[in-house]
This record gives sequence, structure tokens and C-alpha cells, in this order.
Amino acid sequence: MNAASHIKEPFVRMAKRDDVSLKKKILIRAIAILAALLVDGIFIFLITGLNPFGVYGVMFAGTFGTFMKFKWVLRDLATLLIVGIALAPAFKMRFWNIGAEGQILMGGLASAVCMIYLGNLLPNWLLLLVMLVTSVLCGALWAFIPAVFKAIWNTNETLFTLMMNYVATSIVACCTNFFRGDNAKMALINMGTKAGWFPMILGQRYTINILVVLALTILMYIYLKYTKHGYEISVVGESENTARYAGIDVKKVMIRTISISGAICGLAGYLILAGKDMSLSTTSAGGNGFTAIIVAWLAKFNTFYMVLISFLLVFLDKGASDIASAFQVNDYMSDIVTGVILFFILGSEFFINYKLIFRSKTGKAEVKGGADDAE
Amino acid sequence: MFKKIAALVMAIAMVCTMATLFTGCGADPNFKIGVILIGDETEGYSLAHINGIKAAAKELGLKDSQIIWKYKIGEDSAALDAAIDLVGQGCSVVVSNSYGHQAFTAQAAEQFPEVTFLAMTGDFAGISGLPNLKNAFTAVYESRYVSGVVAGMKVKELLESGELSASTQPDSFDKDGNVKIGYVGAYAFAEVISGYTAFYLGVRSIVPNVVMEVNYTNSWSDVGMEAAAAEALIANGAVIIGQHADTTGAPSATQKLQNSGKICYSIGYNIDMLETAPTAALTSATNVWEKYYTYAFETVMKGGDVDADWAKGYSADAVAITELGASCAAGTAEKVAEVEAALKDGSLHVFDTSTFTVGGKPLTSVPVDLSFIDFSTGNVIYQGETVEAIVDGYFAESTFRAAPYFNVVIDGITAK
Repeated sequence: MNAASHIKEPFVRMAKRDDVSLKKKILIRAIAILAALLVDGIFIFLITGLNPFGVYGVMFAGTFGTFMKFKWVLRDLATLLIVGIALAPAFKMRFWNIGAEGQILMGGLASAVCMIYLGNLLPNWLLLLVMLVTSVLCGALWAFIPAVFKAIWNTNETLFTLMMNYVATSIVACCTNFFRGDNAKMALINMGTKAGWFPMILGQRYTINILVVLALTILMYIYLKYTKHGYEISVVGESENTARYAGIDVKKVMIRTISISGAICGLAGYLILAGKDMSLSTTSAGGNGFTAIIVAWLAKFNTFYMVLISFLLVFLDKGASDIASAFQVNDYMSDIVTGVILFFILGSEFFINYKLIFRSKTGKAEVKGGADDAE
Repeated sequence: MFKKIAALVMAIAMVCTMATLFTGCGADPNFKIGVILIGDETEGYSLAHINGIKAAAKELGLKDSQIIWKYKIGEDSAALDAAIDLVGQGCSVVVSNSYGHQAFTAQAAEQFPEVTFLAMTGDFAGISGLPNLKNAFTAVYESRYVSGVVAGMKVKELLESGELSASTQPDSFDKDGNVKIGYVGAYAFAEVISGYTAFYLGVRSIVPNVVMEVNYTNSWSDVGMEAAAAEALIANGAVIIGQHADTTGAPSATQKLQNSGKICYSIGYNIDMLETAPTAALTSATNVWEKYYTYAFETVMKGGDVDADWAKGYSADAVAITELGASCAAGTAEKVAEVEAALKDGSLHVFDTSTFTVGGKPLTSVPVDLSFIDFSTGNVIYQGETVEAIVDGYFAESTFRAAPYFNVVIDGITAK
């Protein structure tokens, strides 16, 4: 008996693992989804007495029911994904930009102001261009401010960017209250002239949104993976001291990266105004600024994974509202159904990154792979 | 004996089957109603619409499964998606219950001319050139006037009994000896201004010497802000707090201050506030949406054309006040019945120009431009005519279009 055997070994402990094959990853995720559907099925049946398969059918039809619904999913996916793309460089640098919501709103506000004051003056192509530039600048400015404070005085960026959301919301509330005049609410901007609205492509204005976001997905992937900037971002993210030792100007990288992050959020605001809603309100960002944090984080900043995660989230969201509508249940119930699925998928990431080691009677630890011990 | 009983049972069974058949066959089983709601049944405003639609459907012999609900739909492209989806599911009539939905359902109305769109509380159906887009509002200013009468009766009782006087609560009187009342309003636009003016005129029909202070919250639904606004008004001396906002914030704040010894009472909106404020709440002004929905659904079912602008009050029982609270003054019920009857038969007009002044002068002419204007750019979106709102000595509210347009702050009211 050596000394180590006297130390009480925990019943179960976890260890990091990096050696998971793609096949195994897919298997773990598949098991997680099946388990989630099982738990949900039991929940649905016990609480509401509905047939779980019927409910899943409606959920699936929420996205794939008609071609129109599928296009709406693509449009909403684009809106969520672009914010995820915006957050990726910031988060990779370990700069917690929680201020996307505000940056989107400021971009949207800039677009709205251009539409209102330049709508009657400029030809549409030039107006759209001016809107694009101002929106991107305003979004960038809204991120630039906390970035400078962080770079120079090392202020807490999480709190700072979060607070900037409330400032942006209040500015938008104030402006919309001014713009609405005697109307109860601001209507669609330039409803008569359609100035500053994207042209219809394939019958929809938001086709442009989808194309822009698609291009951005590829560009951001390349930027993070293959450019000098991308390399600097990952070095600063790993260790600021290492970066400094390697001769990287940390302050410059930080301010530049966060401004890019804000600029893309501003672009998102532009796309919402010109291609999706054509109206501005304090809820124009629609919570995408916060949901996108999950997107960026789960995809580990790989923009192609982000497409999948965004799709999943939009799919669940559409499914939830269709379940609520089809079965006349309170939407809390459909939120629980989608919440369970999301919980299991997030949980499966744990089993992909860690393995569980159980205490064995013989003193020799028995290694288990978590959910996939069938392998 | 057995045969007799068996025959009786069979006869009863047949009558029952026939009865169900007959009630069932009144309505087209393929007729579907789509409903776009800003909230769900946990939120008072949407709940009132849900109840109204359900009651109307029941009255018309429609089944629950013939109504498709879309909950928590924002005032953005989601409203258009919902409208398109509802049309796709076969709805012949689509209701949207929030003002901000109108701009989006109008786009759907353009796309689907065979479907009738009821944009509740909207304001441009009549001038939009879209024959299948309809607006509706209740003449809720009438029930606000009646709720003002209830409040006035209470003030009168407080003054006559000596409970409220310059010595018991000096803050409640201004320098000219007028009694102060207060009002928590959502936004500074016509719907709210029209409502609080009606309420104020109701109070003044009983107690002539009152002044009213209005506090805006700039939100339809914010418990904290509404409570804070009510507290500020009461601290300023208001003995009655009226409201045009959706939560129980103001009544609960009023009850709290009443419990601490202040003389103050509350008039609510939409729902009975007696549970929130058992001794402070007097009554609430409400809408009876069922009346409109029954009319609109029935008209569509019969292939008729719904009014582009529908706004009715007591004449169609489309508005009401809730149960009178225990704190109401003696004789209130009788007075209410009298005023309601006068509103119903049209002998009483809420905005009678002989009862108020603006800037010290009586109101003789108010031109109202019915155009729908984008005020941010000044562009006219839909051109409407300009009408004279003063007719036969009263301001004709909600007759030229459903949405209110009384937009003047009258003497005795200060709003901020």
C-alpha cells in the first residue's frame, strides 16, 4: 500500500479531454437530442396530455412547414448570426462585449436618421450607401468608447458595455418619441416613398440581408484564422503579457478589434432598418445582442459552426411560437420544451470536453466517457 | 313501465342531439379567425381582447378550434409574418390588437385582398385605400366620463362631510380653493388626452371647482413608474387618481398612501381594481370588446363589409364601468345610471363646449386633419380631409374616424 491509496478518492471526478473524434462528437450530440426529446415527450404528455409526436411535428413545421416559413427562418438566422459574427473577434480576445444590443440600436438609429432627413434629397442607392457608412460608424463608436476606457484605464468592459446598452435604449426612446409627432407610434419610415428600403430581390427585401451575412461569415472566418490581425487577437486573448512580450501593441489591437465588433453590430442595425423592419423602436435589436453571446460562445468563434447554432436557436424559437399557437397553450410551456432541448445540447458539450472518472473498488480508477460509454 | 321510460329517454336524447346539431350548424365550420396579440392572457390589455373574441365566437356558434392565436407578437416584421401565416392557415378575418401592428398588417391587407384585417385602435384604415383594412376603437371616453362622475360624487361627499377641508388636508386645495385631483397617463397623444379630459369633465359635472394634474409615464405598462407617478400626485395633494395605463401600479400606490392616513382614492382602467385596492378603488372604466368582435365576425361570415371605422360606446354597450367599490359615496349608483342613460340616448355629450374653456375662451372651432402623416419627415402618407370637429355645440369625438382626435389641453388641467 502506497501513500496515495490512503487519500480518499472522490466517487467521480472529471478530466479534460481533447482527443474526441468527430464520429464520437456527433454520437454524443445525437444522444443528447434524443434524451431531450424523451424528457420533453414525458413532460408534454404528463402536463398537457398532448401527443408528443404531434407537438414535435408542429415544431418541425415551424421551420419546414412552408417555403415562406423557411425564408423567414433564414432572415431571422441572418439577423442573429451577424451579431454572433460581430462578437466573435471580441470574445476571442477575451473582451466581454455585452453591448451588442446597444451597438445595433445605435447603428439602426443612424440609418433611421438618414432615412428621415435625407430620404427626400438623395437617390436611393446613395441614401443606402450613406446609411451604411453612418450605421457602421455609429456602431463602431458605441464600442470604441468602452474599448478606449479598457485599454487606457483598464475599466471593466463587461459592465461598461452593458451600461452602454441602456444609454442607447434611452437615446432611441427619446428620438422615436420626437419622430412620432402626433402619431401614437412611429410608423414605417418613408412608408410612402420607400426611400432607404432595400430593393426587392427574389421577391423579398431581406434577400440582401441573407447575402450580406453569408459573405460576412466567410470573411470573418478568414480574418480570424488566416490574417495577422486574427493571430494578434488570439495571442492577446491567451495572454496579454505574452502578446506584449511578442511586441504586439495590445492597446491598439484591443481598440481596433472592439471597434470592428461594434461596426458589424452597427451593420446589423442597418440591415434591420433597410431590409427587415423599416421602423425603429427600443426593441429593434430584439434581444439578438444577448442571444448572439450563446451563438459565439457555443461555436467557439468558428463562424461556420455559428451558422448551425443560429439555425438551431431560430428553429427552436419558431417551433415554440407555433406550438403555442397550434395547441393554444401558454407559450411558457413551449419555452420549456425548447429550453430542455437547449439544456441538453449545452450539456452535451460538457461530455465532449470532459470525461468522467468513477472511483473503482479495486483502487484503480475506471474511465468512463460519459454519455457515450457504449463506445 | 320500462317501455315508457325507454321512450322518454330516447325522446330526450333526440331532442338533445337535435339541439346540439342546430346550435352547431349556425356557423360555417371552415370559417377561421386569426388573432395577433401583443401579449398573452397574463397581460390585462390582451386578456380583455382574448375574452372579447372568445365571447363573440361563442355567441356566433364558432368553436374554439376555429380561432388561431398568435401570442406575444412584436410591432415589427413579426406581425407581418404572423398575418401571412394566419392567411395561409385559412383565416378569413385577421385581428391585430396593438396600434403598432397596423403598419405591418396593412402590408398583409395589400397582399391578400380577400381577407379582412381588423387593426384594433388603428387610425388609417378609412383613408388607406385598402378596402379590407378596418379600424375599431371603443368610445371609452364615455365610460371615463362616467368614472369621473363616480369620483366627483366621492369628492362631493368628502367636502360636505368636512372630512376633506383646508384644515384636514391643506395640500389638496390650490390658492383659489379648487380641489386637486390627479391622473396617470401613458403618453401625450390624443387617445390619452381625450380620455383624461372626459374623466375631468365627469368629475366637474358633480364638483365644479376641481383642477387636475396629469403625469405621463411614457409607457403603456410600467408598474413602478405608474406607482411613482401616483405617489407624486398624491404628495402634491391629489385626492383622486385616475389612470390611462395598463397596470395596477397607481391603485396599489393609492391604497398604500390611504392606509398611511392620506385622503385619496383611485379610478382604474380595463380591470376591476378592488382586489388591489379594496378601500381606495372606486371603479374602473372598461371596454366591452365582445360587442365589436361579434359585429365584425358576423358581418364577415355573412359576406358583408365591416365599417372601416367603428367606434361605439354606451349606445352599443361597448363600454362600461366595473363594480362600484365599498368606498363610493351614497347615491353613486343612481347617478351613474342616470348619466349612462343620458349618454346612451344621446342627450348628453361628453365634450359639450359649454362646460369647458381653452385659454379662457370657449372652443368654437377645431379643424381636424384626418390625413396620416409621417411626422418625422412631414410626408403625407394617406391624404384625408380636414373636418370641423365642433358640431352642434359639442366636440364630436371618434365620429370622423375610430381613433380619438381630441387633442386640446383644457383649462383646469396641467399636464407634464
